[in-house]
Amino acid sequence: MSLKERVQRCLGDDVIAITEYRGDLGIEVPKGNIVSVLTRLKEDETLGFDFLTDLFGVDNLDYYAKKKKKPKKKAAGEEELVEEEEDKGPPPPRFEVVYLLQALKTNERLQVKIRVPEDDMEVDTITTIWKAADWPEREAFDMFGFKFRGHHNLRRLLMWDEFEDHPLRKDYPLEGKGEERHLSYD
Amino acid sequence: MEDWIIDLIKVVFIWVWCLLIAVVMTWVERRASAMMQDRLGPNRAGPFGLLQPLADGIKLFTKEEIIPEKAKSILYVLGPALFALPAFSAYAVVPFGDKIVLGGKEIILQVADVNIGFLYVLAIGSMGVYGMVVGGWASNNKYSILGGLRATAQLISYEVPLGLALLAVVLLYGTFSLREMVFQQSGTFLGFLPNWGFFKQPLGFILFLVAAYAEASRVPFDLPEAESELVNGYHTEYGGMKLGLYLFGEYVNLGTLSAIIVTIYFGGWQLPYVDMSAFLGPVAYGIASFLVFFLKQAFFLFLFVWVRWTVPRFRYDQLMGLGWKSLIPLCLVNFFITALLVQLTV
Amino acid sequence: MDYDPVCQIDRDPDDLVTINIGPTHPAMHGTLRVIAKTDGETIVSAEPEIGYLHRGVEKLGENFTYHQFIPLTDRMNYCSAIASNVAYEMAVEKLMGIKVPPKAQLVRTIMMELARIADHQVLVGILGVDLGALTPFFYLIIQREEIYDIFEWYNGARLTNTFGRIGGVNADLPDKFHEKWPTLRDTIRKANEETDALLTKNRIWLDRSVGVNAFSAEDALNWGFTGPCLRACGVKRDLRRDEPYMFYDQFDFKIPVGKHGDVFDRYMIRMEEMEESVKIIDQAYAMYQEMPEDAPLMAKVPKIIKPPEGECYHAIETPNGELGFWIRSDGSDKPYRIKIRPPCYMVYQAFGELVKGDMISDTIACLSSLNIIAGELDR
Repeated sequence: MSLKERVQRCLGDDVIAITEYRGDLGIEVPKGNIVSVLTRLKEDETLGFDFLTDLFGVDNLDYYAKKKKKPKKKAAGEEELVEEEEDKGPPPPRFEVVYLLQALKTNERLQVKIRVPEDDMEVDTITTIWKAADWPEREAFDMFGFKFRGHHNLRRLLMWDEFEDHPLRKDYPLEGKGEERHLSYD
Repeated sequence: MEDWIIDLIKVVFIWVWCLLIAVVMTWVERRASAMMQDRLGPNRAGPFGLLQPLADGIKLFTKEEIIPEKAKSILYVLGPALFALPAFSAYAVVPFGDKIVLGGKEIILQVADVNIGFLYVLAIGSMGVYGMVVGGWASNNKYSILGGLRATAQLISYEVPLGLALLAVVLLYGTFSLREMVFQQSGTFLGFLPNWGFFKQPLGFILFLVAAYAEASRVPFDLPEAESELVNGYHTEYGGMKLGLYLFGEYVNLGTLSAIIVTIYFGGWQLPYVDMSAFLGPVAYGIASFLVFFLKQAFFLFLFVWVRWTVPRFRYDQLMGLGWKSLIPLCLVNFFITALLVQLTV
Repeated sequence: MDYDPVCQIDRDPDDLVTINIGPTHPAMHGTLRVIAKTDGETIVSAEPEIGYLHRGVEKLGENFTYHQFIPLTDRMNYCSAIASNVAYEMAVEKLMGIKVPPKAQLVRTIMMELARIADHQVLVGILGVDLGALTPFFYLIIQREEIYDIFEWYNGARLTNTFGRIGGVNADLPDKFHEKWPTLRDTIRKANEETDALLTKNRIWLDRSVGVNAFSAEDALNWGFTGPCLRACGVKRDLRRDEPYMFYDQFDFKIPVGKHGDVFDRYMIRMEEMEESVKIIDQAYAMYQEMPEDAPLMAKVPKIIKPPEGECYHAIETPNGELGFWIRSDGSDKPYRIKIRPPCYMVYQAFGELVKGDMISDTIACLSSLNIIAGELDR
């Protein structure tokens, strides 16, 4: 049985969407069920995704906007019209969290994604399943502002503690906003 | 010549000699380590980089004297002095040659032939730890304090095997005077070996050597200053000539320890099988005896360098374990065997 | 019984000394920082603090074109920059579906394995220095300089190589390599033997490393260990074998595996991997010599790289472990998002657990044996 079928059988309705690109299988699951999905993937005998390779966030702020722009170049004069035409349905949630899993026995890899809307940045922590998620979750919090519920030490990792923004968000300027770090020695 | 002038000359001579050894040792250490490690070492200042120590000295002297704001300033300045002085002082009782006749006056080549020279060496030797502890404490730095604490524990622990190893020698020679010990090492032992303490006390010598390395806090016992763990240990906060005194004191210490090893275990100024006084004039004999002593000392100085660039460092608990669990029992065994043999043969 | 008040020391059971090791400390390679709480010499808790070398590589990547990003990967693991370069290039090639010509793959293999040897030489040397044995460091670093000579002949850079292009390599092996390699192979082996004689057979070295920071395979997998640190724990996992890329499935090499996951195992695995890398280079070089002189070195790649929309993850076995790149393309000439999965990032987060209950000296030994490279850690 192919990996895709096994994953579908294991997760059932929890699979919202499946993508396959250059041999990498990715599934999208509901945000609330991430802990149970990952536990099932880890403990299922036919899958055994027992190794967390990485965990990170993605900001899709202009990903869908860029898609809209494509026809815009062709018809420069009708910009407004085109944009209205392209606006189909509500936009997908802005953020994504991607979990890269690995099965050590079968050497298979799987990407699990959840969509996180901007107004509800809370995600359940998976440090209870893999300790390896400790720093990646802190980094995702640092860079995007996800709030990992139940993480034991959710502090900034790479940026300093007083830093207020989330630099990997697409609306954060490349050259920064002029923040300076002032160290105080007491 | 008045006696006190002669004594003064000897004191000054030993002082300069100690400094010279320390200076040359800094050069030897660098060149020898470079040789062992396939590199060149200092080679710009003077031929073979011989003037490098001078350049270093000038640098250290002309550096700005910094006393950290929160350091205890009196103790901070006192530390290096406390470290360097005992190292020089221990040399006072070491016989660095037999005697020399100048202007019809017989001069023994030793600053003070005290009959408790042996005890003096031990007592002064253990003073050095104050320099480390005071320096570490006064710097007001956690690494320094840790270095100072390590120094305390290490030096006090290794005083014991050092003293016990020497005690067996005292049993053997029946004297506390270092000069007397050298005289007793003339002639041969078992007919073919030089009558050196080393052949009568092989175990004692090895134990003493290990303890001496620990006392000098050199690799593998350089825990008080372990640069990869404690930055620089007790002298982390020091700079300029104060740091120079610490580094200098270390080399003077090496010189002193080597001199004591030579005196006690390797027949001092005497050549094996040959009595130099029989065929050399009184002045030449004095100089020759000093040279022989120096050559033996130089070998042990080089041994310090050799070991330093060969082995890694102990961990603190392993160091304590070695001192208390291995060296001290072995020292006691050595002591009792010596006592037994001395009792049986006398 | 009444105690004399003078003797009553008011001591809180949690009365610990906090020692701040780093970010500037002789043993903190680069800019690492550990806040250690100690009881005497024993570490009660150690918390690594990272980010001192954070340069925002991922953010920069979103604003650079695909080719412009290659020099940034040099600055990640600067001890083996070539491995990082190739890891990134292979990820982009996978994203675009480019097949790299075999000769270019062999050039990459040879250079990557040279980089692996150089990386391991630095690690073993520094581990020695941190434990107080300075001399082996020089024996190894001299050989590393020889390897860097080859890199320099290749494209002029010694440390940050910017090796290769997307779709292949820009140049063939330098001419001098063909004369150099047979002698270099022997001197590398000789340096390893000398190091072996000075360290592996040294009682103090064994005392300092055997059993220090032992880590179980289960814990290591849970913490996301990869590479030599994982193999030291007894897990036989090497992406060169498990997910073969290039020609690794055709080479004959062993994967050294440890048992206890202690400092000594990590050290021994590096020593043995150097030997295996020499073997791999020999085999790759033999294959390379059979290739025709004018075999192509570059695949057909458009001048401006615009991968089709999509995302993929590709990882290779770098000296430190699994280095992966997750790239999402939106069809433009710049990646939409690049996520780097640095191997020592996952290892270092377990540092607090690794050194708990050990002594300060062991902390230093542990840190060196994990081979934490700040550039890769903080990106």
